[in-house]
This record gives sequence, C-alpha cells and structure tokens, in this order.
Amino acid sequence: MKIFNITFILAFISVLGLNAQQMPAAKQSEAVSIVGATAHIGNGEVIENSLIIFEDGKITSVGDASAAASQAKGEIFNAEGKHVYPGFIAPNATLGLVEIDAVRATDDEDEIGEMLPHIRSLVAYNAESQVTETMRPNGVLLGQIAPRGGFISGTSSIVQFDAWNWEDAAVKKDDGLHINWPNSVRRGRWWMGEDPGVKPSKEYQENIIKLKSFFAEAKAYLAGDQKENNLPYLAMEAVFSGDKKVYVHVNGEKEILDVIQFKKDEELANLVIVGAYDGLKVIDELKANDIPVLTGRPHSLPNRDDDDYDLPYKLASQLAKEGILVGIEGSGSMERMNSRNLPFYAGTAAAYGLDKEEALKLITSNTAKILGIDDFAGTLEEGKDATLFISEGDALDMRTNILTDAFIQGRKISLDTRQTKLWKRYMEKYERQEAGE
Amino acid sequence: MKFKFLLCFLFLGVTNLSAQDYFPTNSGVKTTNTNYTVFKNANIHVDPTSTIENGMFAIQNGKITAVGKSISTPKNSVVIDLEGKDVYPSFIDLYSEFGIKKPERQSSFGRSGQYEATREGFYWNDHVRPEQNAVESFSYDAREAGKYHNGGFGVVNTHIADGIIRGTGALIALNPNGTEGDRILKDRSAQYLSFDKSVKSPQSYPSSTMGVMALIRQAYLDAKWYADGHADNKDLALEALNRNKNLTQIFATDNLLNELRVDKVGDEFGVQYVILGSGFEYEKLDQIKETGATYLIPLTFPAAYDVEDGFMAEYVSLADMKRWNQAPANLKMLADADVPFTITTKGLDPAKEFKENLLKAIEYGLSKEDALAALTTTPAKVIGQAGKIGEIKEGAWANFIITSGDFFEKDSKIFENWVQGEKAVINTMNTTDITGKYDLELDGKEYTLNITGSAEKPKAKIEAEDVKVGSKLSFEDSWMNLLISSPDTTKTEFIRLTAKVASASDKISGKAILPNGDTTSFTATKQSSNEKSEDSEDKKEDETSNPEVVPVTFPNAAYGFEEIPEAENILFKNATVWTNEEQGIMENADVLVKKGKIAKIGKDLKAGGATVIDATGKHLTSGIVDEHSHIALSSVNEGGHNSSAEVTMEDVIDPTDVALYRDLAGGVTTAQLLHGSANPIGGRSAIVRLKWGSSAEDMIFPDSPKFIKFALGENVKQSNWGSGNRFPVTRMGVEQVFMDYFGRAKEYMKNKEANPDSYRKDIEMETLAEILRDERNITSHSYVQSEINMLMHVADSMDFRINTFTHILEGYKLADKMAERNIGGATFSDWWAYKYEVEDAIPYNAAIMHSQGVVTAINSDDAEMSRRLNQEAGKTMKYGGLTEEEAWKLVTLNPAKLLHIDDKVGSIKEGKDADLVLWSDHPLSVYAKAEKTLIEGVVYFDIDRDKELRESIKKQKSELITQMLQAKNKGVKTQPVVKKDKVEAHCNTMGVIR
Repeated sequence: MKIFNITFILAFISVLGLNAQQMPAAKQSEAVSIVGATAHIGNGEVIENSLIIFEDGKITSVGDASAAASQAKGEIFNAEGKHVYPGFIAPNATLGLVEIDAVRATDDEDEIGEMLPHIRSLVAYNAESQVTETMRPNGVLLGQIAPRGGFISGTSSIVQFDAWNWEDAAVKKDDGLHINWPNSVRRGRWWMGEDPGVKPSKEYQENIIKLKSFFAEAKAYLAGDQKENNLPYLAMEAVFSGDKKVYVHVNGEKEILDVIQFKKDEELANLVIVGAYDGLKVIDELKANDIPVLTGRPHSLPNRDDDDYDLPYKLASQLAKEGILVGIEGSGSMERMNSRNLPFYAGTAAAYGLDKEEALKLITSNTAKILGIDDFAGTLEEGKDATLFISEGDALDMRTNILTDAFIQGRKISLDTRQTKLWKRYMEKYERQEAGE
Repeated sequence: MKFKFLLCFLFLGVTNLSAQDYFPTNSGVKTTNTNYTVFKNANIHVDPTSTIENGMFAIQNGKITAVGKSISTPKNSVVIDLEGKDVYPSFIDLYSEFGIKKPERQSSFGRSGQYEATREGFYWNDHVRPEQNAVESFSYDAREAGKYHNGGFGVVNTHIADGIIRGTGALIALNPNGTEGDRILKDRSAQYLSFDKSVKSPQSYPSSTMGVMALIRQAYLDAKWYADGHADNKDLALEALNRNKNLTQIFATDNLLNELRVDKVGDEFGVQYVILGSGFEYEKLDQIKETGATYLIPLTFPAAYDVEDGFMAEYVSLADMKRWNQAPANLKMLADADVPFTITTKGLDPAKEFKENLLKAIEYGLSKEDALAALTTTPAKVIGQAGKIGEIKEGAWANFIITSGDFFEKDSKIFENWVQGEKAVINTMNTTDITGKYDLELDGKEYTLNITGSAEKPKAKIEAEDVKVGSKLSFEDSWMNLLISSPDTTKTEFIRLTAKVASASDKISGKAILPNGDTTSFTATKQSSNEKSEDSEDKKEDETSNPEVVPVTFPNAAYGFEEIPEAENILFKNATVWTNEEQGIMENADVLVKKGKIAKIGKDLKAGGATVIDATGKHLTSGIVDEHSHIALSSVNEGGHNSSAEVTMEDVIDPTDVALYRDLAGGVTTAQLLHGSANPIGGRSAIVRLKWGSSAEDMIFPDSPKFIKFALGENVKQSNWGSGNRFPVTRMGVEQVFMDYFGRAKEYMKNKEANPDSYRKDIEMETLAEILRDERNITSHSYVQSEINMLMHVADSMDFRINTFTHILEGYKLADKMAERNIGGATFSDWWAYKYEVEDAIPYNAAIMHSQGVVTAINSDDAEMSRRLNQEAGKTMKYGGLTEEEAWKLVTLNPAKLLHIDDKVGSIKEGKDADLVLWSDHPLSVYAKAEKTLIEGVVYFDIDRDKELRESIKKQKSELITQMLQAKNKGVKTQPVVKKDKVEAHCNTMGVIR
C-alpha cells in the first residue's frame, strides 16, 4: 500500500522532472491553457472550473472553462480537480545570500558597518542556490532578497526563482531600503555572563537621533554640489524621490509608534513595517497612517511568557481583518530553508480567523502591492506575468500542497531539486535491492 | 506570650572558675579581669518564647553567669541599669563570607577549554575543594563586623564561597576587642556546597546543573571508596571530604528548583543538607516541606518594578510581578507550614536593609517569636551550638543586644551589641532627652526654644517675640551646641551657646558667645516636656497597609492553575476518532474516559456520570509524543567531558517552563527531554508527561524506560564553536571515543564482578554497563550516513543495541541497515541547510525510512516546532505521499514505540492512559487547533479556559501594576523593568538556562 503510494508519486515526478538539472526553463514558445482547475485568483476571488491562458509569458485570459472551453489553445493542461494559484511571493527573504548557515564562507547577508544604503543584495544573489530551488515545489516563485544587519542594512531587490544569474532573476532592482529600527530594550548578552533578561536600552533615543541625522545629512548632501563622492548618501536619492520603498524592521509597540512619527517627519510615502510583533496594540495608528505591514513568521514563539500562545499565529489575520494591508514574511532562524513554508504561514492565518482566499492574499496580491510589483505579479489576472502553479489540492495546507506544474513568466519550470533527486536515487537503491532478492 | 520567671537566686562564681591564661606578657604587668558586669531592670528576651520583665543578668569572662528576675550581685560587679530597655540574644548568620578575602578568578588560558584538573594530590576535579578551611584564610574585618554589629549580629559562620564542594566554615564571634583566638568559636564548623564552580580553576567540567549533581554524587562515592583504603594515590580532597562527613552540610542554592534538587542528591547519600534558599520557597511549599531540610532564607525581596512607562511595563511577566507581591510573605508561609528556617543577611547590608526587610516580613505575618528563633536558637541548633549562643542563659556566651524597646518595631534601636562580653556601641545608650519647650534667657532677651525630634537627634526652633530666629542644634556626648542667628536681622551674625547636659534636667545653663566675641551665660528653663514631637506622628499616617498578597498558582506564573487539576470522567460524543489501532479512523464514534484511562470506544456510549463533550465535527486523537525535546530543562549540555553518561536530565526538569503549556496547546502530552549533543556520549533522558503545574518528579513518566543520548557529527566535534582542543575533533575520533568507553565499561563490569567489595563505583561506567546489559536504550543524534554506519558497527562489535537514531537526516540512505537491526528513526520533517552536515537532508527522509520498515517518528528539538508537530507530520503526505494514518502515527504511536511506552500511550485503545487531544479540524492540517489536551484524564489545556486565563492575566497584571505604582508613590525604591528570558534550548545549547 505505502510502497504503491510512493512509487506512484515517484513515477509521476520522474515523468515531469526527467533529468532536468533544474536548468532554467526556456522562454514560453506556445500558448498554454490550464483547463478545469479551481483558480484562486489571489485577490479574494475563486473561479471553479476555470480556463487560464497565457502567451509570451503573460496571462491573456482568465475565465470560466465551461463558457469558454473552445478558447483553449496551445499546450493544454487538464487540471480538473486541481487548483491554480499565482506564484507565492516571499518578501524580506535572504535566499541566495547564504547557502549553509553554519558555513561562514557561504554567508553573504550581513556587511559590516551601520549605515549601508549603498549595499545591494542583488549582486550577491546566487541564482543557482540549492536552497532556492526547493521553494518552487511549494509554490514560492518570487522573493524579495534583503540584506541583514547594521542599522540601515542596505537595498533589496526582487527576483524570480528560475534564472541563470542575478541579472535575469531580477524583476525589480533595488526596490527597497531596509532599516533595523533601534530597540527600546536591550537583551543581556548571556554568553558574556550578563543576565539574559531584557532591560530598557539607554541608547534608544540616541540611536533614533543617529538615524534621523543620517537622513538629514543625506538630504543636505544631495541638495548640494556633491563634490565629494559619498556612496551611502547617493544611495538615499531614490528613497527621497520615492522610487525606493523604506522597509522598517520593528516589533515593539513603542518602537512602531516612533516609526510612524519618523514616517511623518521624514515624509516617507512608501514606508512598510516589517515584523510588527506588537502590531495588534497599534492597529488604529497603523490604519490612520495607511501603513502596510509585513508580519513576522507565524511559526514562531511568543516573545513574552504571558503572551497568548497563538499571538504569532493570529497576528497577520487580526491585522488584515482590521483593514490593514498585510503580507507575511518569514525572517528568523533558519529562514532560508524555512521560506518554502510560506504557504503554510498563510494557512495559519486562515486557521486563525481569515477566510482562505483572504489568507491567500497575504502571500500573493497583498505582498505584490506592498512590494510595488502588483502591475505584473500577485494575481491571476490578464496582463500579468504567467507566474503561477497547479497544485493537487489546497496549497495552503501541507497535506495537499502538492505541485504538478509551475510556471514563471510563462516558462514551465522544473519542480525537481537536489532533494527530489536524492529521494529518487535512494528509492531506486531499495527497489534494486528488492528486485535482487 | 511573655513568660515570667519566678527565679532565681544563683550563687555567682561558685561554678565559674576562670580559665588559666598561658600567654606571656611583655607590655607591662599582667592584668586579669574577673569582675562581673551585672545588668538590671531589663526586659530580657532569654529565648524566643520567654521574657523576664525587669530582670537581671550577670556576665564574667565573656560568658553569662546568671539570669533571673533577681540575682545576687557579687561585690566585684559593675552594675548597669537598663531601665526601660530590652535585651535580646544577639543574632547568628550562618551564611557569611566575613573576614575571607574574595577568591580571585584565575586568568583563563585564552579561549581554549581546559579539561584536566590543575592541582595534583587532590581530586580529579578542581571544583571539589573540601580541604578548603575558612579559618586558615580568616582575619577579623572590623569594618564588616561593624555592619553586623549594627544589625544586631554577634556570631557568623563564615566560609570560602568558592567551588562546588567548598570545604569547611568557621563559626566566628564578632568580638570587637578580643583576639582571633577568642573569636573562633568553632573551626570546621560546617561544610559548604554550591552549584558554582571555583573561580580559581578554568576546568570545564561540570558545565551544567546536572553535571554538578553528578559530580557531587561521584565525589561521595569516591570518598567512601577512598576511606575503605582502595586507592593507591593520595587524595587530600577526598580525605577532607571524609573528615567533613559528620559536619553540618550547608548547600548554597540560588533558585527554587535547585533547592529541591540538592535535597534529592542528599537523600541518595543519607545527607540532610541545610539549604540556603532563594526566598521563593512558598511557591512550592509542599515540596519544600517534604525535603525535611532546615533553610537559610535570605531577606532579599524583589524591588517593585518601575512600571510608570506603560510600554516598558509590558516586559515584566506576571510571574515576576507576583514574586514582588508575594515574596515578603515567604517566611510567614514557611512558619505556618512548620518548615524550620533561619534568616541570613546574604545579599543585604546587615546594617541597613536587614531590619527593614525583617520588619516587612513581620508586617506580612511572620511572628516576632519565629523571627527571633530564626535569628538565634534555630541557627545555634543547626550549627551545633544550642545553649552556647542564641540564648541568654547561664553558661552561654555573653552575646546580646540592648535595644530601646521591642526590636521588632520600627522605631526601636540598638544601643549596644555585646559579643563575648565586649561591647560595641551602636547608639549612645543613656542620651539625655533634652526635648521640650524652654524659656531661654540670653543677653537680656527672652526667647522660646522648642526642641523636638528624638533624644538622639534633637532639632531646635527658636522664636523671639513670636518671630522665628534661625538656629542649628547639635547634641553629642552630652554637650549641646546651639547656634542662633543674631536678633539683628540686618546682619549675618551668630550667637553660639554651649552647655553640658549630663542628665535630664528642667534647666540648661551654659556659656554664650556673642557676635562681638563677648562671653556671657544663658539659662533655658523648661515649660513642659509632654509635647511629643509632631513629625513622627505625621509619618505614621503615610504608612498605608501593605498590598494584599495574591494567591499562589501552579506554576506561580501566567496560565498556572489555581489548584492542581484532577482527572475527570469524560465522554467524547460523536467524534472522528483516530485510534492508531486496527479500527483505523472511526467516524461518529464515542470515547469514554474514566479514572484516567480510556474506558470504552464505540458508538452511542452511556455517559454514566461522566461529563459529556459534544465532539461533532471534531477529531479525537491520542496525544502527541515528541521523541526529541529540550523544553522544561534548566540545563541541556554537560559539555565538560566527551562523555557524560553520569548525568541525568531527570535532575534538571523545570516544571515552570511556559513551553510546557504551549506544547499542550499544540496537542503534545509526552516528550523525551534529551541531553544535548555537545559530546559523543551524552546524558540520560527524562521522559516526561507535560503535567503543567505539577512537580518535576510527578512529570516523569511512570516506570520510565531508561534512555541515554549519544551524538555524532559536527556538534560533538565542536565544529561550529569551541576551541578545538577537546577530543574528538573528527568523525574518526568519535568512533574511538565509543570504542574506548565501551571497552572500559566491559573491564569495569569484570572488575566489579571480581571485586564486589573493593571496586570503585563509577556512575558513568554503571550507565554504560546498563547499555551493555540491554537495560538502557540509546537514542543517538546523527546526521550523515558514514557516522551512522559507524555507530551501528561499533554497537555490533561491542554487542550493544541502538534503539533510535534521532535527527537521522541521512537515514534514508541507510534505512535497510537500520531496519535489519531494528533501529528506529526520529527525524525532522523538512529541516536542512543550517549546517554542512545537513546538506543531504531531505524532507522525504521519513517516508523513505518508513517505506523500508523503520519505525519512524517526526521529532522537534525545538520549542516552536514541537507545538506544531501535527503539521510536521502532515508534511510527510506532501513529501513522500504517506497516508494520513501513517503520517499521524509518526508523532504518536511510533515515537511511543521508540520510547517503549506504547503499552500506555500512543493510540486510542481501551485500557490505555487517557492522553488525548480534541482537535477542531483534521489533525494533520494547518487548520487544526487543539481544543482540549488531556493527560491521564486530566484536562491540562482547554481552549476556553485559555481565553478566560488571558482575561485573568490582564486583570491580575493591572492590579499588580497599580500596587507597584502605589509603592513607588510611597517612595519605595523600584528597579528598572527586566524581562527574564530563558535561552531557548536546542541540542547545542551550553551552560545553565536561567
């Protein structure tokens, strides 16, 4: 019984994957039609028995299959009983910047220094990371790659996950500036013998002033004749022009309120809050200031002993229910390999109060809007990139997130990974042993 | 109640021969003082329960010679009248470092770890230092002694606070004038122990709480073996340990859990420790009482947190707020429970906060008698000096304090502290009270002089014809100095008055020096002295009563139970029941829980008095079993040696860890709490049920199968941390560690059999012997196939069995070899890429192992993931296509099998324990929430109760915050907000988790 199950799926995958070395797929050459699937548009809508057509990498038609069956053209995927989703988007990720956490040589996520707007993640992005390829079989097809560390960590870019190199991976270059907001509390360095507890930080205000003066100096520099080269200040230009969004990583209640004030003071139109652990305490302020939020990883522990055990689970859904534009990000420990669990983070939001289609928005259309790529990504809508996938079942649930086909910009990508290959390799070993006996 | 002495006519000097002095004198003629000092008219608190009102006592040669209502006064007596004063035996502090220079930290050798002892001729571990003898490093410190005198203390037991076994203390009388020879009442007065390593040695072992406990056990065993004459070498430490055996053993701890732990160790060796406590004993009063120990309780109460900043207040946990509120009542609760205790000034200045906090404890209900006993007779008894110190009694040392009244009242003060008949003056005793209203005649002018305040600190107010005149009064050693501004207000000039006031009088006269330098005289005549000073009255009104003490919960933190919950009889109606048995998944089925067991499974069952729960649309499963967890532990790794089979995680269970509650909310009922992976041979496991609110002992699975953690790979090689000087640093070396230890274990077993009376019992070897006898199971942390293969070969060649490979990320490459040997695999669902050895980890691992007949489980090793193990099991449906029943067993029945507890848990079967979870949805789906989690029929988590608790936590916190704000307004000192964080433990977590 169980052997049958596995061989069945193995056979299935080997047909699809063949021996592709996860080579980036060729450009879409003919039209593709997906017929009969339940289409989860990503904006809250669902079309049962849908017909989705895409050509030259773009979606050309999304509709009801029964009404428009004759329109199917090109290569036809019969997806009856299956589900189609727009490719999931992992914001604030570090995929391709680190390959193996504990191997320092593979770590390119954190540059030294404090104010590093000029540091760009894109140039270090390893398009051939073996970790990144494991995103695809789970439906995570796009990501915002952000540097870590420092005060101003640097500048992120948005990539798709089927590329030869970072140039063709990029779908939006240098999209955002990432700021780690100072903390009003400081954790004792227990490894240095300090009490591991959290205490008020004496440097909090000082650090905010540092940040604000950096902004002020950059503005002044840019307004001047710029005789001397100053890379950090130059990298701020796009921030002030509004072309580069500002992602402020912040969790505490007080800190969030200070960030809101910062947004006002600096007149930053495109400010996004990342993390927002205490977000539920400042709902009104977030709403009043129209600030979108990328909530932290739902699969994490509460920060404080007294907090609701399900606080991280419900944070995104509760904020979304209040009308705040919410996406889910997954930074934290082992974040790269965990990024493939993004669909289940959205599933968790559904478990904790959101309708499933609303929960889906948290990793599709909402994220696309927040990242400013909603003109070509985030939903199954005409004119957008054909970055989408077909799943056997509900893609937000681990039991049924089983992809049969996935497309990025219309290109049918391999769902094979080093991991599926090892799976096949060793199942074959055991099959041979069995046959030999 | 004051007991009146009808005594006593004692004949002084008859029994009291003066000791022969044999010290030569070269500074003059020899003088010997055998005079008596007799104190009369005092309220003598001879012991905590008896007082002689208006009594007398006599002292000679540092000892008390007579006490009574009336005693005869020898001719060679100096008589002191203590009219209106109280006399108490002076206090005794058994935990002190008085007169001992603080041990200096040995500079460590850079970053490299040190694994060997630095001393020769002593024990193999530098932190066992029983030969340390405080008296050898003792020298009287007059300044420190002054602080103790101020606090009322006459005797302290001092020791060298360094090391795990710290050696012997010395009982010191704080005699202000004597010699060390007088002061040392008892050398080697007690042996001290602690959890802290010696600062004098950088030796790594032990690096954990359970390591300390194991070390003490082994040292005891070794001492006995040594005493029996089986050692060939000289070991001065063991000799000392044997010498100290019959002394009072004082164990210094600094947290509640450790207090209970040391008592357990003591019990194993027939040692009853006196325990230096944490001050939070009330939180586990029943267990504290059960220890039978006498406690040394510090009076360090947590300060109120500064919660004015509402944002910051959020960081203080309910547990910490409660401790602030409750801790002052600790002593009262201990007394009510008849737990014997003494009081120590550890952490306080004996001259300052000691009395303040003692009075606070009394305000919180500690009786004065109990307080006095805890400071006098109880410590005297503990240190074997009953009758000699701590009482005012014939033959006892003349150690007593003279106070202005009831010592346990705020306004009373100590005048004198006598130790061994030598007095330290704290406040001048017979200060003339000059307070009152006087008519002052000076230089032909009339003033009104109003002296207020206390006798010791009088203040003056002067008016001349109803106009206030500036003044400054000082009164010291019966000399009054008064400075008065000149009546001529246009000038800044002063008149200086000086007078000797030897005794209370209605008239004060003396010399006045006028601004021009002329000298004249003055006279102040009292109008009336009945007017009490006003400001002390004013102050009284400020003092509102102390905040109400909030009830203790189990645990005494957020989400604790008000009372330990009990098993309920419950009928789950109409559920989808995942039996994990032949019946598979039963739709619309009923499960009856009775007396903690699954009584019946079927359709349309009768409740028979059980509470009926409508489970329509819900799923009922057996509880989740986590094969690999590090929650609820105070310490995870003993990394000081490459083998630590002697340690057991059962020693370090922390039943207060909120992770337990969170796991329950994720449907987990049982977990194996494993030693970490810092060394190839780790420590023994604790298999626990997550009985939130109960004691560590009660959490341990009944008749727990024995387990030990082994580890392979990067962690044991210390690839990603450490200094690279601990063997092994390669996988090649790891093999040899096992070969070596099991080889030695076999020799050990042979030797033990051959020499049952003379072999050296070694806890580590005993544990390995259990493995060789197949009495203990191995669960081995493992990553890559080479090392897994290696350990299987070592086991084959050494003839032992591996029960489980845990983590086993490359198990899929060796599933056939594991299945052949009947070795199970407990793995992560999808973790990888966090270090080099997980490069080949694949999420299909569980499915492949399972397909080859390996009993497979999904484990957590993580407090976050453990509360979603149902989802992690669900992932195997995606990765490898397991059926839902197969997937579900990965976190229930299979880990139960791996832990050999599947006869009790792991499935829903009549007769098994009622460890059950009611889920809102398909238990493998991301949408499922645990609504009720039961262990042995006790509902430990209930989603509705959780909602109520959230409200109640909010309410309790706001009440306590109000109390703290009130305290701050009253001027009580506060401390900045602190959020006490535990380090979240994983396999590689080192040190002690606080």
